[in-house]
Order: sequence, then C-alpha cells, then structure tokens
Amino acid sequence: MNKHVIVRTAAAASAIALLTSLAACGDNIPAGTAATANADGLSGNFAGAGASSQQSATEAWIAGFTASNTKAKISYNPSGSGAGVTTFLTGATAWAASDKALSDSEVEQSKDVCASGTAFDVPVYIAPIAVVFNLNGVSDAGKHVNMDAATIAKIFDGKITKWNDPSIQEQNPDITLPDTAITVVHRSDKSGTTQNFVEYLKAAAPDDWTYDLSENWPNEVGQGAKGTSGVISTISQADGTIGYADFSQVGELGTVSVKVGDEYVDISTQAASNAIADSTIDENVTGDNRVVVDVNHTTTADNAYPIVMVSYDIVCPVYQDSATTEFARDWLTYVVSTAGQSVASSATGSAPLPNNIVDRINESIAAMG
Amino acid sequence: MSTTSTGPSTGPTSTLTKPVSGKQVDKVFRAIAYACGILILVVLGAVALFLLFRAWPLIGGDQSAVSETISSFTGGKATNFWAYVGPLLFGTVLVAALALAIAFFVAIGIALFISHYAPKKLAAALSYVVDLLAAIPSVIYGLWGGLVLVPAIYPFWNWVATYLGWIPIFAGPAANPSRTVATVAVVLAIMILPIITSITRDIFLQTPRLQEEAALALGATKWEMVKLAVLPFGKSGVISASMLGLGRALGETMAVLMILSPGLKYSFRLLQASQDQTIAANIAAQYPEANELGVSVLIGTGLVLFVITFLVNFLARKITEKKAVK
Amino acid sequence: MAGHGTIPAKEGSMTHPTSHDSSGSAPASLMADAPVIDFDKFKPTRSHLAARQRKDTFMRWLILLAFVVACIPLISLLWTTIVNGVRRLNWDFLSHNMTYVVGGEATGTGGYGGILHAIIGTLEITLGSMVISIPVGIMCSVYLVEYANRSRLSRTVRLLVDVMSGIPSIVAGLFAFSMFSILVGPGTINGFEGSVALSLLMIPTVVKTTEEMLKIVPNDLREASYALGVTKQRTISKIVLRTALPGIVSGAILAIARVIGETAPLLMTAGYIVSTNMNLFSGEMTTLPVYVYQEYSKLRANCPADASASCVTTIPMERAWAAALVLILIVLILNLIGRIVARIFAVKTER
Repeated sequence: MNKHVIVRTAAAASAIALLTSLAACGDNIPAGTAATANADGLSGNFAGAGASSQQSATEAWIAGFTASNTKAKISYNPSGSGAGVTTFLTGATAWAASDKALSDSEVEQSKDVCASGTAFDVPVYIAPIAVVFNLNGVSDAGKHVNMDAATIAKIFDGKITKWNDPSIQEQNPDITLPDTAITVVHRSDKSGTTQNFVEYLKAAAPDDWTYDLSENWPNEVGQGAKGTSGVISTISQADGTIGYADFSQVGELGTVSVKVGDEYVDISTQAASNAIADSTIDENVTGDNRVVVDVNHTTTADNAYPIVMVSYDIVCPVYQDSATTEFARDWLTYVVSTAGQSVASSATGSAPLPNNIVDRINESIAAMG
Repeated sequence: MSTTSTGPSTGPTSTLTKPVSGKQVDKVFRAIAYACGILILVVLGAVALFLLFRAWPLIGGDQSAVSETISSFTGGKATNFWAYVGPLLFGTVLVAALALAIAFFVAIGIALFISHYAPKKLAAALSYVVDLLAAIPSVIYGLWGGLVLVPAIYPFWNWVATYLGWIPIFAGPAANPSRTVATVAVVLAIMILPIITSITRDIFLQTPRLQEEAALALGATKWEMVKLAVLPFGKSGVISASMLGLGRALGETMAVLMILSPGLKYSFRLLQASQDQTIAANIAAQYPEANELGVSVLIGTGLVLFVITFLVNFLARKITEKKAVK
Repeated sequence: MAGHGTIPAKEGSMTHPTSHDSSGSAPASLMADAPVIDFDKFKPTRSHLAARQRKDTFMRWLILLAFVVACIPLISLLWTTIVNGVRRLNWDFLSHNMTYVVGGEATGTGGYGGILHAIIGTLEITLGSMVISIPVGIMCSVYLVEYANRSRLSRTVRLLVDVMSGIPSIVAGLFAFSMFSILVGPGTINGFEGSVALSLLMIPTVVKTTEEMLKIVPNDLREASYALGVTKQRTISKIVLRTALPGIVSGAILAIARVIGETAPLLMTAGYIVSTNMNLFSGEMTTLPVYVYQEYSKLRANCPADASASCVTTIPMERAWAAALVLILIVLILNLIGRIVARIFAVKTER
C-alpha cells in the first residue's frame, strides 16, 4: 500500500507539473495586425452568450477587440439565443446575442439587472439566408434557379414535388430541369433562421404559406436536420434536395435567385444589405434606445435580396460595475464600426450594416452610462 | 486511475500508524459505506425533486401560456403537455428498444468470441480494442453516422423497402438521405455494443473453470459447454450490462440530434424520415432557443424520461429476480 | 471453487435466449433426464453425434459472424476519424488555443488554431468527476456487497443505481446547472459544475461494475481472513478490494469512457471559451467533445475574395476530426495507464 501511495503522489505531482507547464496558454498571435501591445485599453473578464449564428462573427470581433485591448479577456458561449438572453437576465453575462429582439416582458425583467434603465438591443449582424439546392446537372454546373416567393412557399409546403414542375420550369427557360423528386430539408431545432425564413414566406406569399410564425418548422414535409451544418450536409448527401441556410455555409451547392419586383436577384451580401437599408426601424417597441429592424420582405428596391436574418446584441445602458459599462460601450462601438463590420464580413460572409441603421445605433450607444 | 483506491486506503494507513482498535475503524468504514449507499438515494431524490420544481410552472402556472409555448414548439400540432410528450416518449422507447435488439445478440457473440473462441493473444488485443471503442464519444458517432453511414446505408434500406416493404415497419419509399429511425437505431446499437460486450466478456471470463471442464469432460461440444456453464453463470451480468446499454440508448442525445430527421408521430415506419423524435434529442434541439416557460416544458419531458427509465429498470429487475428464484 | 459444480446437473430446466434452435433438444434430453436411470438414452447414435457437431460448428461460425459484422462499422468509424484527423494533427494544433482565429485565415503562428484549451478542460473536468465519483461508487458497492446483502435499503439502492444509469446526460446537465445557480449564484458556469454533472453519470457505472467484481471474489478468501481474526474493514480493503482491483480499474475506465465524450451536459454547465482556462472552479471551460461539436456546427469558414492563398474554407471540419482523433488518443492513453496499474496490483489467481 505504501508503494501505491508513492505511485499515486508521483502521478499527481507529475500531472500538476504538466498542467502548469502548459499554463503558457498557447494563445495565437493575432494575424496581420501587429499587436499594439502598449495601447492597453480595458482590462477585466467579460462574458457574453447567445446566438450560435453569431459565433464566427463574435470570435472575429473578440480577436479584433482584444488586439487593441490586450488586458481584456472576453469569452463568448454560443449557447443559443434563448439561453443567452436568460443568462443575461440573471446578470451573469455582460451582453447577450440574439436572433430576435427582446420581448416586452424581457425588457421589464432587465430592470433588475441593469443599474438604471432597461436593456436594449441593436442589430449587429446581418446574414443573408440562401435557399440552397442540390440537383445533378444544375447545381454542380454552377447554375442558379429562378423562383418567386409563391413557388418557394409551395415547394416548402409539399405542393410542388418535382423539379420539372411547370411552375418552376417556366421561370427557368434556359435550364432543362430533370424529373427528380424534391426533398425539402429544414431545420429540426428551434432557430432564428427558420423564423426569418418563414417570415419571408408569410410576407411575400401569404396565400401559399398559411402557417403561424414560429421558430420551429411548422409542417412535416421532407426532412429535418440539426443546425445549419446538419442542413448543409443533408442537402449535399442526396440529389434533388432543397433547403435554407446561412449564406456563408453554402459552399459548392446551388442557390435560388429570388424574384424581387420583376427581376430575379442572386444572393449576395450587398443585396442583403440593400434590403435592410430599404427596411424600417420599428418605432413602437417598448423601452428606450432600442433599434429593432422590421425587415421589409416585400422590398422592390434595386438589387435587394429579401430573405435576411438580423441578429442583435443586447446590453444594459448602465451596469452595476462601471468597468462593464465601459466595456459594453466600447464593444458595441467597435462591433458596428466599419472596421468591426468588415472583419465580420470577411470572417463569415455577413452583410455590412447600412449607414442609416448605424446612425441610429450610435445614438443609442451615446445614451449609455 | 490512481484514485481508485482512495476510499479504502484511508482506513489502513491509520491503523498502521495509530494504535486504534480495529473495531473503531471498522465502525467508521461501515458508516462511510452506508453513507455512500444512502447518498445515492439522496442524489436521486434531489434530481427528481429538482426536475419537479423546475417543471412546476407546467402544473401550477398559467395554463394558456403553457399551451401557447407547446404549440410554438410543435407548430400547432399539440397544445397540451401529454399530447406533446406522448409521441416523444414513443420515439425514445422505439429507438432504444431497436438499438438494444440489434446490439444484444451481437454483443453476446463478440463477448463469447473473445472469452472462449479466439486465440489467447488475439483475445487480449480484442478486449483492449473493445474497451477503447466503449469510450468513443457520442459526438463522434454522430459525426460518423451523419456524414458516412447515412449515405452509405441508403442502398440497403432501399433494398429492404423494395423487397420487404410488405411488412408495415419497412414500408417504403425509403427516405434519401436516410436520416431515419432505422439508421439511428443502427448507430445507437453500434454505440452500446462495446459497453455491453465489455461487461459481458468480463463476466464470461469469470466462469468457474471447473464447471467448464466438467461439461467438456461429460462429452459436451464447445457450444454445449458455453450453453451449460458460461451463459447461465453470466446471465445476471448480461442483463445488467444490457440495462446499462439501454440506459445509454434511452438518454443518448448528440448522435440522435445529429442524425435523425424528427417528427411527432406514433409511427413504426422505420425507413421514412420525419416520423419520430426522442426526448433527449428534443431537449437539446429546443433548449438553446427556449424561454423560461419553454425550459420548464422541456424539463417536464425530461422528468417523464426519468420516470420511464425508472419503470424499465424496475421491470427488468423484477424479471431477473423471478428467473433467479426458479 | 464457489458453486461446487452443481450447475451442469440443473441445466435441463434452464432456458437461454440463444437456444430456440430446434436441434437444441439433443443436449436437453441428455441432461434433463439424468436422474432417471435409462442408460440407453446415453448411447449416442451416429446421427445424433453429427447433429451436435453440426450445431457446434454452426454456432462457432455464427459467433465469428457476429464479430465480423460488428467490426465493419467500428473499423469504418476509426478509419474515418484517423484519415480525416491526421490531416491537421500537428504540434501547432496541440499547443495553441483558438484565440485570434478569424475565418479560414492562418494565425500569426502559421497554424489554424488548436485544442490546447480543450485538452486541458477535458482532463481537468474528467479528473474532477473521477475524484467525486470513484470513491463514492466503490464505497457504495462495498456497502451493497459486504454490508447490506438483501436488506430492503440495499435493494432500493441497487434499483436506484440502475435508474441512475438511465439518467439522460442532458438532464444531469440541467440538474448541475440549476444546483449551482441556486447554491452559488444565477448563471454560474465553470468547469467544476461540469464535473458534478458528469459524476452523476459516472457513479452508477462505477457502482455496477465494482459490484459485479466484488461479487465474484470467492467467499473462501473472506472466510479465511475472518478466521485469522482480521477485522471486516481490513478484510474488505486488503483482501476483497485488492483481489477485485483489476476489475474495478477496468470498471473505472469504462466509467471515464462513459463521460469523457459527453457533450450535451457540458454545453450548459462548462460553457465554451476560445482561450485557455486553467481554473476548474472559475470561468468557462471548453472540453474536446464540445470543441468537436462547435467546430462541426461552424462547418465552413469564410474566405473573402481578397483572402490570401493560405485561407482554408473547410478548416472547421478538419479541426473537428483532428480533435476527435486526439480525444480517442487520450482515451487510449488513459486505458493504457489503467491497464498498467491493474497489472501492477493484480493478485495472482488461477487464471
């Protein structure tokens, strides 16, 4: 037994030694930008949590933000919008990221967390949602398929079941569509992407899409898959599939050009940005400083792509702790700045915030503690 | 691994260094053992109470808000809790039972192969591999299942649906990609296979050599020896191993989440997509975006799963006890 | 030997899951009628012998077949992981975390981020849950086997251990999350919380395997020890546990195996962070399975039009597979250590 104890102690000691030797952390050196090591800026630990759609963008922002605030340690947990807001409302995180704006009761609840005033949300991340498909002879040839909102709605409602259905074929005179069955692929988890996609269908094709709005997929057509990654891998596994996903994840799959006004618009970050610029800000929300975008899904603006998800950051105007207030203000300022938006855009393929919205956000930031 | 003997080793060192009477230490040791036994009761009680506490808004809260939440989870297909949890429960039990049915005999076969058929050296290597496979995380099974197995198994399911489609559970057309209950059951079976095999093999290896040799001396063939000596000896171990496997299959989250195309039906159509969903995967799919009340609903479904595991294990125990009495 | 070799005599009445084959009547008739003195029955006919032989060969092949069938998916799984994993598995990957990793671009060190933080997180969280659950689990099975055979309490405990093994991991995560939010403060997230969630999953495995191992320690050993006047505590710790140690170690390894790959409970208890966190008791911690899942969820990184040639769009999936391979390797090493420990302490037995 004594020998055993010695072995154990030695093992424990070596394990601890190993761990401390690794304590050098292994941080990478920021790419490109030479770290301005002397410009310290903020210091402290700040945590955020929320939408998984913002994960890549937020990681890019954290990299950019800490490059100039070297003493700040920022973490982001992509736990999901609902969980992120719930955690934020307990006061455990400095900010929350969410695919949807706060509800009235959540604004009310935030009084307990914020030192004064109520929490507010500002758009930080605009992601075009692509209608993605995999069809032998079409998508692998790099061709887009044209569809209007009614056609998309009918496909996703199981009313159109073949790719060579006349209603698709007549919008695509240049392509010979095969007689392949359509397999619809949708999200199986609750998600903001689904919510925004069905919002578009409901707004642009109200006669063909009669379901209530929901973050869950409302019908049982086709197949469900977990997360954007699940949707993309399901679509790429079979011929004749169609689904919706974050634009940046599309890869080699084909995308549908959506009819806006009289033209078919290819998906692009600029087109998504144009649609947001043509949208209005909801002035009737309860609570101060909030910037909630009412996406105009029926836009007819030039080169505007109407299926867009707007994702928000949620912060308090004033926190119990002044360092956190300072952090939240600096963070939002950086995130919506031209630099922040272009970092996100190159990291994730998101669309930059249009200027009219940035102006509104800056007003809100100026009102912070 | 060095911590394995932490519990017992606290005793002997003190007896060696101090002239304490053995009875004193005996009592302390006994008390610790009892405390650990009772701790199980306490922990389980805490889990059950806590789940009930968090799920309470379902019963005591605003009923219209509850039905609104459930309706938002299901796209209006269900408005009360039981209509929601029913199909989930059905799916959970169906998937787990299928997985166990596939894995059970194969696992016993492998365990016998390792313990009694394979050459000694090969057996040692194999049991090492089996232990290792038991540790492959479910998220890797999920990755592999979703990216490799789903496209690879479609031709087989298509064949099954074409030629055995007259059996209702195999009714076609087989979904392509085959993100179906059948595929998930296969993945879960592969997943619980090493667990069941590992425990079963250990038990089979403990079969008294005298009994084996007695059987052989009576002229039994190898298989008769296995049937007469090894299997009866290992029966309770095999059942408890299967229960462990079933437990893991019932609660498996990531692999189901990453592979299955879920639906909310009471459906036996194993080869079609969007038919059933399991409770655990449903919690994982809905939790991140759920609000307070939504989380309560999900925890309520978790509580139901908890009760079902209780019942399944209770029944299994009763069955083994009855057999033992015979 | 325990059991005194009575089992073969009783076998005629036993039923086995695998004995539904029609030719199974041959050995059954041999044995069931043993007490009746009818020696003609024992005279094997040639066809009878051949049938038994055929059945033996058939079962031999069936067992081999089961083995081969099971090998196919498992080999495919390992092969896929290895082939996809080695591509990004290098020292840079092992010695860096995910800070300053933006899109598909290479970082300042020329790598593409790594898993140092996740390896540390996995080891610390798993160690934490081992420290909680292995002593508790072993003592609980000592209670079940040595102290409380057949009492009502012990039957309840045994049943509840079975039930506990069926707790879905996600529910264990919810339990730990809420326990900490009540006891420590709302929204608490740290590595130890993950350890607590995992130990809930680990305890039943430890208890069950240890219990099985303690049960098969021959009673003769215990009786011999008592006869020499050794106290019960010393008998248990020096004789019983010592004899069962190799089995207990492999049970513990199995328990670790059960939890080291858990993702769902850690997502809500330990969170996710891109930088290295050494402190188990404060701050978020990434573990390898969570890392694999998060990278899989990212699926593709974006390379803007003006990106450098070193930008790789598929890097998240490559990182996911490499991390999965590392996870398997860690399990392999733990396994090896466990086996060595078991061999060092093994008591020489008949086998």
